[in-house]
Amino acid sequence: MENNRHQKLGLSDQDVLEMYELMVLARRLDERMWLLNRAGKIPFVISGQGHEGAQIGAAFALNRKKDYLLPYYRDLALVLAFGMSPREVMLGAFAKAEDPSSGGRQMSSHFGQKKNRIVTGSSPVTTQVPHAVGFALAAKMKKQNFVSFTTFGEGSSNQGDFHEGLNFAGVHNLPVIFMCQNNQYAISVPIEKQLPTKSIADRAAGYGMPGYKVDGSDPLEVYRVVKEARERAIKGDGPTLIEALTNRFTPHSSDDDDKAYRNPEEVKNARQNDPIVIFGKYLIEVGLLDEPKRKEIEERMKGIVNDATDYAEQAPYAKPEDALKYVYKE
Amino acid sequence: MPVISYIDAVTQAIREEMERDENVFILGEDVGKKGGVFKATQGLFEQFGEERVIDTPLTESAIAGVAIGAAMYGLRPIGEMQFADFIMPAVNQIVSEAARIRYRSNNDWHCPIVIRAPYGGGVHGGLYHSQSVEAIFANQPGLKIVMPSTPYDVKGLLKAAIRDDDPVLFFEHKRAYRLIKGEVPDHDYVVPIGKADVKREGEDITVITYGLCVHFALQAAEKLAQEGISSHILDLRTVYPLDKESIMEAAMKTGKVLLITEDNKEGSVISEVAAIISENCLFDLDAPIMRLAGPDVPAMPFAPTMEKYFMINPDKIEKAMRELAEF
Repeated sequence: MENNRHQKLGLSDQDVLEMYELMVLARRLDERMWLLNRAGKIPFVISGQGHEGAQIGAAFALNRKKDYLLPYYRDLALVLAFGMSPREVMLGAFAKAEDPSSGGRQMSSHFGQKKNRIVTGSSPVTTQVPHAVGFALAAKMKKQNFVSFTTFGEGSSNQGDFHEGLNFAGVHNLPVIFMCQNNQYAISVPIEKQLPTKSIADRAAGYGMPGYKVDGSDPLEVYRVVKEARERAIKGDGPTLIEALTNRFTPHSSDDDDKAYRNPEEVKNARQNDPIVIFGKYLIEVGLLDEPKRKEIEERMKGIVNDATDYAEQAPYAKPEDALKYVYKE
Repeated sequence: MPVISYIDAVTQAIREEMERDENVFILGEDVGKKGGVFKATQGLFEQFGEERVIDTPLTESAIAGVAIGAAMYGLRPIGEMQFADFIMPAVNQIVSEAARIRYRSNNDWHCPIVIRAPYGGGVHGGLYHSQSVEAIFANQPGLKIVMPSTPYDVKGLLKAAIRDDDPVLFFEHKRAYRLIKGEVPDHDYVVPIGKADVKREGEDITVITYGLCVHFALQAAEKLAQEGISSHILDLRTVYPLDKESIMEAAMKTGKVLLITEDNKEGSVISEVAAIISENCLFDLDAPIMRLAGPDVPAMPFAPTMEKYFMINPDKIEKAMRELAEF
């Protein structure tokens, strides 16, 4: 039991199995979307493959009944953990009327769902960062004990809204957690052409908050850091910047071919750090997972993905004239 | 009824709304202790404290973006841009975010923010303290743009903007702040957004304008009345979305229409007004639609000679009105 890290962190056996299942579910949904795209059934995919460990570690450290999530387009695992169902995810992929994020108005993976406090986002990156600060300002003004949690890629850490948002949160000591999922590529531009410094976490010092760099392939390590950040935020100790190092296993999106700028060997090596494999090994080590159990989980998730695909494929589109609705309050 | 200035009407509206609803708060540069560079928020810091009258860093995008987040949570933020000219870093937040939040979420989320900004020239403000920026935002469905001319309309429309469930840009003419005074009830009232207002009834020619130019047009109309020319003046008040019915009604009333804006002419708000009239009222017109606007140069120069040349004034309007009447 010496190797049991999750219990020391306050996570039950059931918690970590649930984390693992969600990571697998996110991966299999994501993979299915690529198949559907290549089969010509859905127009677009943008992936979180390789990011699941960081996302699920963070999700379990938050209060998923209270906290507000301001995600970006790679956060499939995060939104599943916050309560968006696989059917709902697929409805978005197929752009069907029932898509909870946008009713088929936005490209897929532009997540939003008020009932689960998943805040609507857009395609111009980093705009969600000041919004997260606004939610945190509301928490402080209304004396509510929630935090806002926002995510973005390392490319976003160069946008003005990143700096304006973090600075504002630092000045006003707000309960917000900024988590950068650093997969080392902004579409094709590698990290060394994005940052003059070694670490995004270092930028926290400029905004008067702690910054942590963490292995995003290790959900337990991400859990630990996000949990501490949440505790600080709730206590009134202000914001935190977390940099979770991840890998992007896919091209930027279904419209990108990464062979033009990325050595296939590099992707192969990155897959050595697959968070699902790493976490699976951990669960085997602590006796919570074995091969039959793993297969059972895979089979069950496959069933869920099949159901979600069938449901969404058969669901109706919005009526053409629905394009005119909801410009203003009706 | 008390007579107060245009800027006092701004302050009064904010104060009353903050007293009425504790979710209303202000954020912007110098809005706190200083009470704003124009004193639009004077006394509010003392009355409501630093939690609801928030001095921000110099970050226009964050002023808009933080306001949007707070509004999505359920608060009623009023963001101040110190000058309309400085709103540009916030355009992404206002256009890509605030304007689209209800639409893109299929009505799941909404964003009840007000962004206030002083605009307009004639104050020796040069290129970057004189601009009219409404045309940049006036083709963005999801936004509302209010540009009042009188203290009465300022108070009623600002209250309506704060209570509105959609994002509103509220542009205040900075030269009108202390120049224009008028009767304003000290009780609560709202003026509906989206409704133009007839500021003078007349029979011979129609003038459609907004902001400070309304007052210049009223002065010109008074002079022309002595020569027997009767002018009908419509104040747009909301420049987006436009009050099409009132525009058509005012155009058809006289059949001769002069449109005035202080903004550059091409692609301005009055260009859209002209399009509405030509689409709907062509056979009721007795003269070509006439436009009087700033020249198509980037912005208003600093030197008094060039500033005067750029600005609309009562003499320029009088000349245009007479020309139209004689057509």
